[in-house]
Formats: sequence, structure tokens, C-alpha cells
Amino acid sequence: MLTRIMSFCALLITSVSVTASPNIQQWQSSNGTPVWFFEAPQLPMVDIRLVFDGGAARDADKSGLALLTNSMLNEGTASMNTDEIADAFANVGARYSASAERDMAVLSLRTLNEHEAMEVALDTFTQILTSPSFPEASFQRLRNQMLTGLQAERQSPGAIASRAFQAGIYAEDHPYASMPAGHEQTLADISLEDIQAFYQRYYVAANAVVVIVGDLDRRQAEALAEQLLADLPKGTPADPLPVVAELSSGVVNHIEHPSSQTHIMVGQPGMTRHDPDYFPLYVGNHIFGGSGLVSLLSGEIREKRGLSYASYSFFRPTREAGPFQMVLQTRNDQAQEAHRVMMQTLSDFIENGPTQEQLEAAQQNITGGFALRLDSNSKIADYLAMMAFYQLPDDHLSRFNERVNAVTVEQIRDAFQRRLAPSRMLTVMVGGKTE
Amino acid sequence: MRNLKKWFLVTWLVMPLLVMADPVEYQLDNGLKLIVKPDTRSPVVVSQVWYKVGSSYEYNGITGISHMLEHMMFKGTENLEPNEFSRIIAANGGSENAFTSRDYTAYFQTLERDRLAVSFRHEADRMQNLLLDEAELLKEKEVVAEERRMRTDDNPRGLLYEAFSATAFMNSPYHHPVIGWMVDIEHYTIEDLQRWYDKWYAPNNATVVVVGDVDPEEVYQLALKYFGPVEAREVAVLKPQTEVPQNGKRYIEVRAPAELPSLMMGWKVPVIKTADIEWEPYALDVLAAVLDSGSSGRFARQLVRGEQVAAGVSARNNAFARLDEVFIISGTPAQGRTIEELKAAIMAQIETLQTSLVSEEELHRIKTQVIASSVYEQDSLFYQGMQIGILETIGLDWRLSDAYVDNINAVTAEQVLAVAQKYFVDHRLTVGELTPVSADENHSPANANGGHHAN
Repeated sequence: MLTRIMSFCALLITSVSVTASPNIQQWQSSNGTPVWFFEAPQLPMVDIRLVFDGGAARDADKSGLALLTNSMLNEGTASMNTDEIADAFANVGARYSASAERDMAVLSLRTLNEHEAMEVALDTFTQILTSPSFPEASFQRLRNQMLTGLQAERQSPGAIASRAFQAGIYAEDHPYASMPAGHEQTLADISLEDIQAFYQRYYVAANAVVVIVGDLDRRQAEALAEQLLADLPKGTPADPLPVVAELSSGVVNHIEHPSSQTHIMVGQPGMTRHDPDYFPLYVGNHIFGGSGLVSLLSGEIREKRGLSYASYSFFRPTREAGPFQMVLQTRNDQAQEAHRVMMQTLSDFIENGPTQEQLEAAQQNITGGFALRLDSNSKIADYLAMMAFYQLPDDHLSRFNERVNAVTVEQIRDAFQRRLAPSRMLTVMVGGKTE
Repeated sequence: MRNLKKWFLVTWLVMPLLVMADPVEYQLDNGLKLIVKPDTRSPVVVSQVWYKVGSSYEYNGITGISHMLEHMMFKGTENLEPNEFSRIIAANGGSENAFTSRDYTAYFQTLERDRLAVSFRHEADRMQNLLLDEAELLKEKEVVAEERRMRTDDNPRGLLYEAFSATAFMNSPYHHPVIGWMVDIEHYTIEDLQRWYDKWYAPNNATVVVVGDVDPEEVYQLALKYFGPVEAREVAVLKPQTEVPQNGKRYIEVRAPAELPSLMMGWKVPVIKTADIEWEPYALDVLAAVLDSGSSGRFARQLVRGEQVAAGVSARNNAFARLDEVFIISGTPAQGRTIEELKAAIMAQIETLQTSLVSEEELHRIKTQVIASSVYEQDSLFYQGMQIGILETIGLDWRLSDAYVDNINAVTAEQVLAVAQKYFVDHRLTVGELTPVSADENHSPANANGGHHAN
């Protein structure tokens, strides 16, 4: 009984994984957009990511514009209103979502690959992409919702700290200095014309990548990409972003907040997606603060001293340098101590680097866990979208483990010494009195 | 014609699921249950150990102890140093964690498929050989206190949810928060934890769920090897703690330093486990979807877009619980609108459900979405394991997850009307409101907590 369906199914299910056989296919659509495709025939569904270089980095002086534009797309098209769009997706069980982060503006669709369902979902998705009508009523409502979102932010010490940190590590006029969620004043300044102009500038074929993952063959995927992109103007790629300047001196920014904990964020500009030090910094940070409970930072803060529930660090590699950031939260009266331990742990790591044993443990963890990062269609789609958007080399996946294993203790120490400067870091503390 | 097409879609959708292998169930002589679900898409395996214990097994004075014990399960055994378990899993390329809820405590690892033995060896070890150390407990109590401050005390909506649950449930253990009251966290002793561990951590109170690219028979052999020798223990008998009848509407206000008011309304409802009438929890799930199914639900269409009375509003029915639940509607008023206006708009929506049948079109739409979700859910190994583990641990047959789509499909518009009339009545209702106050006005426990600690 136990094996009755097993043997039947074993015949039907074939084992395909990104890592076992990197059968990722790439081509260009007829209007020049890169298309990345991974065939995953095991589930009767399709995931699509359409990524534009139209994130908050393109807001210029109207912080929030990228996100507002992105969330306006499914509010109306030449032939459908908001309700009709929502129903069209829901009627066939499809899921549409959209987001705008620092670099990327993303439109996502998940649909069953059943012929009729997929046709309806794709038609609607294509209309949203190519003929949004940007209704005035939706514009006012969504802007109000963003204002509500800003209020919610102000009752969260972690969110307040994130905003202050981002603003503090970049020059005031750098596109990374403001938050995708915008700001009261800038939101008030945004007009419907701004949104239309933003859409026309950035939602174009030359500024996009497409990722398709799912139960389709190459021919079907090609047709799908053509359908999506056919009516999208070619346009031009977004301009290069300004290079990020280093911080010139250490700054401490203490923001009063009526909370029992102080949220501490310390850091500086970090690295780009194409950084020559990418692997030493990535593996080094994994050891220092990027591997959860087994990281050095968590060991010192949480395991040895019980000072915080979540203490960690990360590099967020983006088009231009994203932050290197250390984070913890602790009871107000021990914030100074926790901050001291955090900085001491970082200084020690920069000075000494990891031990050979720590490095090997990290390499085992990263390389041994590689398959875990790509064990679902949605993870594969996200990963490919990242690769396609940042134009990572084709061998990024196939040589990832090799590159991680090639990192040495000396490389990590050298990279951390050159790239991180604790005396010139920004410290943001949000909370009550810390003495 | 339109409808016929939609029905065609519904039947088509159920077919492809046959290519996914059915789970296989085993039971060891010591009572441990093992459920293996093969999914060969990636060379990966998720292993989860579920214990039938959570905050709803607790009582006053030791609330949150299930969660505290979950933290202590990483602090060493007769064979492992504190945190060595985590280091071993990391060195094997795995990721791991644990979670505690009202009805369960679960530990999980995700690994490449040939490393499953690493998980089993050490899970079997901490199932029987946990070492509870005084110094480790002292530190970990601080960590959990920080976790509570972060999740609840400094989070106005967290505070509202906590006060709401404590008001809606009088004697049901769903009254107290999963993480526990701060004063209880501060006073756990080693003996409390040892007692809790001895009481609930036994193979005959655990279910091991494995999902991934594995052969069930091989997993069974591994389980025999590692979990087989763990001795069965007498497991405590849980008191019923059935919620007393509610005699009238309840209201709770939380004043906290915040920027946004927030509303939470909940009506007591039966769940699959407790329902006298089998279809009712499914009808309540459909009702929740009528109100809230993303952009196409009535809330989004009428309250967010139409009347613009809500910035956001959601409806949630949790049919998979051990005890009677509350059907929760929560929301935030739109700019310039009040809690009272939002409440009135929600009540008008409820009244509509009580007086007119949901349209065939809406019903079809919701059913199609449920079926599509059942396909999408299979994209996540972890989620597949969760479904099996939750059902089994709250005392339902895990096969119910397969029957879920059929049970939803069977719900009629008349049944939705019937549950709307039966359950959305004042003597089942609790209303919670978050009233923002300025920081100076605030006397919340969040501020008082800071000074209580010795170190």
C-alpha cells in the first residue's frame, strides 16, 4: 500500500534542477530585450518577472515616484478599470504583483499554464504593461495609502532607523539617499504627469529584462515574451547612476522614540553587484554576521551575552554601492554596551580576519546549501531576475561554488581592511534614553 | 457558456496534481509518526519535527514556556555543546530554525537530500537528551525578553492583537500570547523547563515530516535507526479548557504611542476540529475570501477603492486550529476617515452577507483561486511540510489537506449566508481599537519594562 502510487509517479516525475543541469536559456526578444527562461515542467504553472531599471534610484527629486508609478499600472488600462483587472486575474486563479525597490521595478505574474487561463492572464498582464490609463481617482487614493504607510513607519523604531541610516550613508543628492516609500513633501509634489512621464521613460524594452520559469517549452516561452514586449516602445536604457562617495567621518545620530528597545544600525557604503571584492566580502560577511545564529556577531551579542534577539550584518550589493550594515535591537539601558560589543567584534574581525576553520565552515555552508537557494520556481525566478538585471556573467551559477571555495583568509582580511572603516561609519540609534 | 468554461477549468486543474507523489505514513513502535512526501524537483530535503505542545497547552504563570523551551533546545544535550547543533547543520550546508505557535512547536532543517541523517541523528538526540543549564537559561530569558519587546511591546499593532486575544478568549488558552507575558518570561526556572520537556517531548507525542527528493522506504529505515531507540514516555493528558459561552459584545481599547489608529473585530467560530456541522468552517473560509481575496475581494473593491474608508482591511478565518477560533477582520482607516466610519462600513458588509446570497460568479472565482493556490503551494517544499505537520499536530488527518479543495468546492451560496447569520452576531463579537497617543501621555508597559532587569 505504501508504495502503490509511488511507483506509478516515479515514472512521471523527472528530476530537473538548476544546479544539476543548468539548462537556463537566454535570447533576445525581437525588440532587443534579454529573455531568460528556465523550463520547469513538474508543476502546471508559469512564473514571469518583468524587471525594469525603474526603481527608487530613478525618483530624482520626487521620492516615491517609482513606487507610485509601479502601483498605478494595474489601476486601469485602455479597456479595463481596476475592478475588471482584478477580476480578470482572479477568475483564472492568476496572481499579479508589482514592486519597486532601490534599483528594480518588478511586475510579476504567476498563472496556471492551462490554455484558457494563461491566455486571459497574459492578455491582462500585457495590457497593464503596455496601455495603463493612470486614472486620477486611483492616483489620489494610492498616494493617500502611501501617506498612511509613512505614518505606520513612524511608529516602528526599526523603520525609522532604516530610513535615517539610508539617508546618512549617502550624500543628500545621491539617488540612494531616499526611501522607495517616499516622503510627505515629495509625495505632495508628484503629479499624474510625473507618473506618466516616469512610465514612458523607464517602462521600455531597452530598459527591461524578462524571466520566465515554468511548464512551457522554448517555443511557447518565445511566443510569450514576444506577446509581452511587442507593444512596448524600444526606448533607451536608464542613465548610469552616480558613483557613491565614501563617508568622510564617523557620525552618531540618536533619534528619540518612545520604545523600550533601542534599534542600532551601524555601517557605511558597501559594494556593487560587480565589485571585484564581491566574493571575499560576501564570504567574510557570512562568517561575521551573515549566517544567523552561527555568525560571530550573533555569537558575541546573543549567544554569549543575551543582549539581542536579532543581531546580524549584510552587504546589499546593488547597481552602485549598496550599504554594509550591522543591526541589533536591545533594551534601552544596555544599548551602549551592545554597541560597544558590536564595534569591538567588527574591529577584531577586520584586524584578524577569520580563522581557517571559520572560513571552511562558511564555505561548507554556502556551497553545501547552494541547491537550497534554487529549490522552487519562485526562488529560481527571483535569482534569474537578479542575474539578468545586473548582467552577471553566464557562468555565475555554474562557477559560484568554485569562487566561494577559492576565497582565502588573507583575501577576506585584506578586503575588509581596505573596504570597511569603523571610525568613519554612521551609527543610528532609535529608542529611549540609553544610559 | 461562460460558466461551463469555468467548470471545465476547475476539472482540468485537479488532474495535474496526480503527478505529485502521495505522502507515505509510517509509525514506529515507540509511537513516533513519520510522514514522507516525495518531491523530486530539486536535490533537497526538508525535515520537520513537530511536537504536540504550544502556548495553548500552557496556563497562567508559565505562559510562553513552550517558546522558551524551543529556544533552549538549541542549547546543548548530553552529546552536544550549546549551539553545536546549529553549527553542525551549517557545516552541512543546511539551514535550520524552529517555530512555536499556539498548537505546536516545530523544528526544521533544509539540506541536500543525502544529508538527512544529520538532521535525524541530532533531532533524536535532543528529543531525549536535552541538558538544561542554569547560565544558558539566564541569557536566553534575556533574548526572549528582547524578542518580546521587538515583536509586541514596541509594536502598537502587536499590543492591540495581544489585548484583543486576551479579551475575546476568557478561559480558552488562546487568551495568552504565544511568547508569554513578560512577567512570566522573567520567572521561568530550570525546573519549569525540565518539567515541560519531560511532559511533552516524547516520540509518541511527535510527528516527523520529510518532504523532498527522497525515497520513503529509505527515510523510514533512517528513522528506525535514529528515532527507533528513543523510548516512549507517558505524555500528559491535556485539560479541555473549552471557552465559556460569551454573553455579550466585548470591547477593548489600547492606548499606545502610535501614529495610526487600528481596528480589530473578531467573532467566535468553530474550526474543522471542533465543528458540529462539518461544512461550516469551509463556508467561513469562503466567506473570508468573499470579503478579502486580494484586489478582487469586496473589501478591496468597496471599502478601499469604492468608499475609500479603509487604507487597508483584511479578513482571516483560521480553520486549522485545535480549539474554537475567532474570525478576524482588521483594518486601518483611510486618510481623513475614522475608526467609527470603518467599523460601520465593515458592519454593512457583514449585513449584506447576512441578507443576500453571494453571486455564482463570486463563488466560482473564489473556488478557482483556491484550486490554483493548491497548485502554487506545491512550489514550496517547506509549505507542503507545514500543511501535513499542522493537520497532524492539531489532531486531524493530514489527508484533509487533499480534501480541502473538494470541501471548498462543495460550499454553496446558501451555506455562506447561513454561517454569516449564525456566527456574525453581537454575543460572539469582540472589538479592539488602537488609539494613538503622544509619547508623553504613554504609560504603556513597554516603557515600564525597561527598568525591571537586574543585569
